[in-house]
Amino acid sequence: MSPAPELLPYRQIREDLFRPLSRVSSRYLFATVIAFLVGAAGLAAWGLQLHTGMGVTGLQRPVFWGIYIVDFVFWIGISHAGTLISAILRLTGAAWRKPVTRAAEAITVFALMIGGMFPIIHLGRAWLFYWLLPYPNSRMLWPNFRSPLLWDLTAIVTYVTGSVIYLYLPLVPDLAQLAEHNTPWRQRLYRALSLGWTGSDREWHALERAMKLMACIILAVAVSVHTVVAWDFAMAIAPMWHSTIFGPYFVTGAIFSGIAALILVMAMIRKLLHLEVYLTKHHFDRLAKLLLLMSLLWCYFTLAENLTVWYGNDPKEMAVFGARTRGHYAPYFWTMMFLNFAVPFVLLGIRRLRTIAGATVASVAVLIGMWIERFVIVVPTLANPRLPSASGFYTPTWVEAAITAATFAAMAMLYMIFAKLFPIIAVWEFKPHPQEDT
Amino acid sequence: MERRWGMAIDLDRCTGCEACVVACHAENNLPVSTPEQAARGRTAHWIRIDRYFEGEFPDIKVRYMPVLCQHCDNAPCEPVCPTYATYHNPEGLNVQVYNRCVGTFYCANNCPYTVRYFNWFAPDWPEPLALQHNPDVAVRPAGVMEKCTFCIQRIKRAKQDAAGDGCPLADGDVQPACVQSCPAEAMVFGDLNDPGSKVSRLAGDGRSSRLLEELGTKPKVFYLQKG
Repeated sequence: MSPAPELLPYRQIREDLFRPLSRVSSRYLFATVIAFLVGAAGLAAWGLQLHTGMGVTGLQRPVFWGIYIVDFVFWIGISHAGTLISAILRLTGAAWRKPVTRAAEAITVFALMIGGMFPIIHLGRAWLFYWLLPYPNSRMLWPNFRSPLLWDLTAIVTYVTGSVIYLYLPLVPDLAQLAEHNTPWRQRLYRALSLGWTGSDREWHALERAMKLMACIILAVAVSVHTVVAWDFAMAIAPMWHSTIFGPYFVTGAIFSGIAALILVMAMIRKLLHLEVYLTKHHFDRLAKLLLLMSLLWCYFTLAENLTVWYGNDPKEMAVFGARTRGHYAPYFWTMMFLNFAVPFVLLGIRRLRTIAGATVASVAVLIGMWIERFVIVVPTLANPRLPSASGFYTPTWVEAAITAATFAAMAMLYMIFAKLFPIIAVWEFKPHPQEDT
Repeated sequence: MERRWGMAIDLDRCTGCEACVVACHAENNLPVSTPEQAARGRTAHWIRIDRYFEGEFPDIKVRYMPVLCQHCDNAPCEPVCPTYATYHNPEGLNVQVYNRCVGTFYCANNCPYTVRYFNWFAPDWPEPLALQHNPDVAVRPAGVMEKCTFCIQRIKRAKQDAAGDGCPLADGDVQPACVQSCPAEAMVFGDLNDPGSKVSRLAGDGRSSRLLEELGTKPKVFYLQKG
């Protein structure tokens, strides 16, 4: 086993972690171009949708919510990777968190930026989205705060604000270091962003306190955000949506997919930025165990949700249950069970298979599985409304697929740009005594 | 006293002829769909005829049920709209403000009767249908939700006419297009707050029940059917 990164000399740590910022490889440029092209294709598809109307999607009566909403829940779920996990680890004082936290917090911010786009993309008249905001206007109109969509908007804006602060605070000492020796424009950028950080005792003390406070706040906000996302569904009286379990079920699913996203991103930056010494088997092993725990918890919720419906045998709910488990959407449901339960259970439950590669494969499976999970929750319910004569089917079109693909490209691009501008691992956290000068 | 508009539909009389559907299209400037779009569930009929089959072939019986917005007193579509595009007016109508709608689809998802219709594209009428628009009804743009209004334009017109004549609005003065065109006279429209109105009497009939009443939505459309 490789030595713990904490034991390396600080000078070497600093060099290792600042190095990716000063070099742009041809592979990096190639990936950027690809991401840009996929993103541009998605933008073009959205342009077509804005111009022609929502008819270019596969939506139809009665399935009025499709994969835009699936993407929305998926990305908001991914955002639970960062902030929540990093906050828990920070508050419990887990020392091994050090190389993990910033990578995780960055996922949160970008996933939220992307997820927050979807409610707008999915609007029939997207250019009027600001009508949901309580802005002062001459007609004295307020948005309807009884609508769960307003709760949603409030929760997500709060979460984005909190996550950006939570990502930014621990960046400040690193930014001050980066401003010392650098190219002129970078020096200007980092100096402006470091807010005149000098590294005095008072500043360290304030930073420490601010981060603790933000960690506490962000935990509560993160739980509330995904609960509110779940309530978008649970407040409706549609069969199998109107369920009390949805709040905690969605929070669990969000943390589950969030950890999977974190493991995947860590595996990628470990390889691409040569951080093998910093992101060790040790880190992956701990996160893999956490992923396994969340998999079991998710499975328990899924069982609780479906068993109660099946035993209750309400015809309206059974129509949805049947569509999920035996009917049109059964392939989705059983693929979901395989990817979210069977794969992680085997790969992460058996110690010999719980390697970095094993954890990465399980994470990819979970990410796909959790995307399908949201599809299984959103679509079969709408396709089987209370009046059976109104039922229908939903198949997404290329426009929806292109926009979905573009968001993955956008995530990759944002993350790559971030990793070139800021050290993806918090450097100062490795300082034996941060308060002292090196 | 405020009026409370409601409707009674006698299912024992309904023949499923869809005259009400056509009348509604003509009266309310409903967009016309193509066969391809119709196959994808993109049609808009503010009133539709649901068919239910009883028995096995060849011993089969079809039941027809005209389903339109039930104008629920406790409408699930109303609280979920973030922009107040759908709300309850003082006469008990569940009204849709097209200009205020941004198209979140939430109202349609929360409607247990699935009677809300969306404008997937900008509406288009092939010639000569484009020449027969009703000037009293707005044409809806792409991206907004719409649904049955109980022909609110006819209610307004009848009130104006009555005021002009200097006499109160009598039962039967207001007839939505579907009610007017029903050849079997299966539909009756009127004020539920007036105990003497025909619709009030039918609503209290022993054959009367409401659709998905158990949800507590308090619909104002009463279906009459024997046993």
